[in-house]
Amino acid sequence: MIKKILSGLIVIAVFVAFLIIWKPAIDEIDQPSADSFSQDQIARGKVLAGLGNCASCHTSDPSKPLAGGVDFPTPFGTLYSTNISPHPEQGIGTWSEEAFVRAMREGVSRDGSHLYPAFPYTHFTKVTDEDLSALYAYVMSRQALDHQGPDNQLDFPFNLRMLQAGWKTLFFDGERFQPDDSKGDAWNRGAYIAEGLGHCTACHSPRNAFGAEIADKTYNGAVVDNWYAPALNTTLATPVPWTEDELFQYLRAGGSKWHGIAAGSMASVVHKGLIEAPDDDIRALAVYFQDLTGAVDNAKAAEVAANHVSQAHDAADPNNRTGEEIFSSACASCHYNAPSSLKAARPELSLNSAVTAPDPVNLLRITLHGIDEPTGLRGLAMPGFSSGLSDADLIALTRYLRQSSGQPPWENLEQHLQDARQL
Amino acid sequence: MTIQFQLNGEAMSLDVPEDTPLLWAIRDHAGLTGTKFGCGIGMCGACTVHLNGRATRSCITTVGSVSGQQITTIEGLGQDGEHPLQQAWVDAQAPQCGYCQSGQIMQAATLLQDFPNPTDEQINQIMSGNLCRCMAYVRIRKAIHLAAGSSESSSAGSPQFYEPGQEEMSNA
Repeated sequence: MIKKILSGLIVIAVFVAFLIIWKPAIDEIDQPSADSFSQDQIARGKVLAGLGNCASCHTSDPSKPLAGGVDFPTPFGTLYSTNISPHPEQGIGTWSEEAFVRAMREGVSRDGSHLYPAFPYTHFTKVTDEDLSALYAYVMSRQALDHQGPDNQLDFPFNLRMLQAGWKTLFFDGERFQPDDSKGDAWNRGAYIAEGLGHCTACHSPRNAFGAEIADKTYNGAVVDNWYAPALNTTLATPVPWTEDELFQYLRAGGSKWHGIAAGSMASVVHKGLIEAPDDDIRALAVYFQDLTGAVDNAKAAEVAANHVSQAHDAADPNNRTGEEIFSSACASCHYNAPSSLKAARPELSLNSAVTAPDPVNLLRITLHGIDEPTGLRGLAMPGFSSGLSDADLIALTRYLRQSSGQPPWENLEQHLQDARQL
Repeated sequence: MTIQFQLNGEAMSLDVPEDTPLLWAIRDHAGLTGTKFGCGIGMCGACTVHLNGRATRSCITTVGSVSGQQITTIEGLGQDGEHPLQQAWVDAQAPQCGYCQSGQIMQAATLLQDFPNPTDEQINQIMSGNLCRCMAYVRIRKAIHLAAGSSESSSAGSPQFYEPGQEEMSNA
């Protein structure tokens, strides 16, 4: 009898698991011709693709946009982005709009296999029907490129795609964006962009052992691809809170006089993605994040900034004269500021998010390797000091900057420096 | 690979590795020797030039990092030495041996752009990365004050850098 019940339960369990795991393939279609979409829809899709920054993750060779092949090292192995150009074999040329929408909203490929959440369908699921339709029109009207990136190299058992069904039952809700009626239109537009296509939390939130964003630590900041993505809530460590205008400048131009510049992956978000979006959308993002980070007005922020810079000037550590001297000879020519006249083109390091962050990786990477012109503010570059400064000099300089910012010393700085030298 | 940029308003196209120091391009390829080699590690300021109007140490700035941008050297700062800083340098008799002076002047130009009427403290802070083995510092500081007092814009001849909040980029 018990044996019968047990076998019955097993059959039911297998059947339930099958229902969860199995997704049908969606029939292939003939690649739609570009003129089957309206120019309006394609233009709108282009903006949306910019807001989602699709091209950065799906382009490894700039001459082959959206053809994939970008590597994503994870704790579970290395993933490679796929070709999402409309090539019939290598890309998604045979995908119907239904298949495209299912991938965006459920993380399921046209053939029914589960996609990994490195593709942020957990966010794209919030996007409206109209926007997905426009995005489909844009992607399917790009040039079809015959290019295939490397195969994923994931450790067992993570290479079994069917296990992703279990991940989804644990960490994926699949809900559309719900506006908050207590907030204004701009806030809701900003929230829709940020939480949907923008998938901002994908980098700015810490993840758990399964690679899922930790729900109660949303926007607490995290290290991603060896860059620290700062907190975007009230836990952020920058001395000056974000104001709406500074967020707008940062997201539009790539830099803020009170926070620093968009470097690392954020540089491509600003200069390759958001560049497609109109000012209204950037303003909406600014409204939303100003609210999340604790709103202050410009006058208050300017006052906080000036006071902080004055204190930083007086914060000399008698035990670290070396750091101060290196700052004077190597950095002050471009980074010294008068407290009352801060300029984005003269980044004030005592306020800078790279200096005040809980992780030193951004400051070390930039000090060592510099900033190329297209990164950060257009027209500005910074040389790297990897050959000019010894490890001891860099440690002294980094400690000096950190102390000037009023933050506690970083631990294991020597190890962080060795790691950053390898990047 | 081919790297292009503007040097004193003229198109420059070089077939060199991306990590070639900008200073080499300026001195060896363009033949403009007013910019000097000092320490080679960005610690003395002798090689200072302008990237879009902002001072940068050309010995550690790679050509790849400034592709498509506008570079100004001492030769391009003013025609025939009539830039207010060059004039002030003459009036204050600032140089002694002169080796560091082109770097000093280029750094001072950016200083005056950001601090049109600088205090001694501001000059000391911003110019401290430009070394002068002749110890002409006092006269250099005097020359900067002289230039700040002159009516001409100190950044004439250099393209302006885009500061967020301005209407549009001038160097797009």
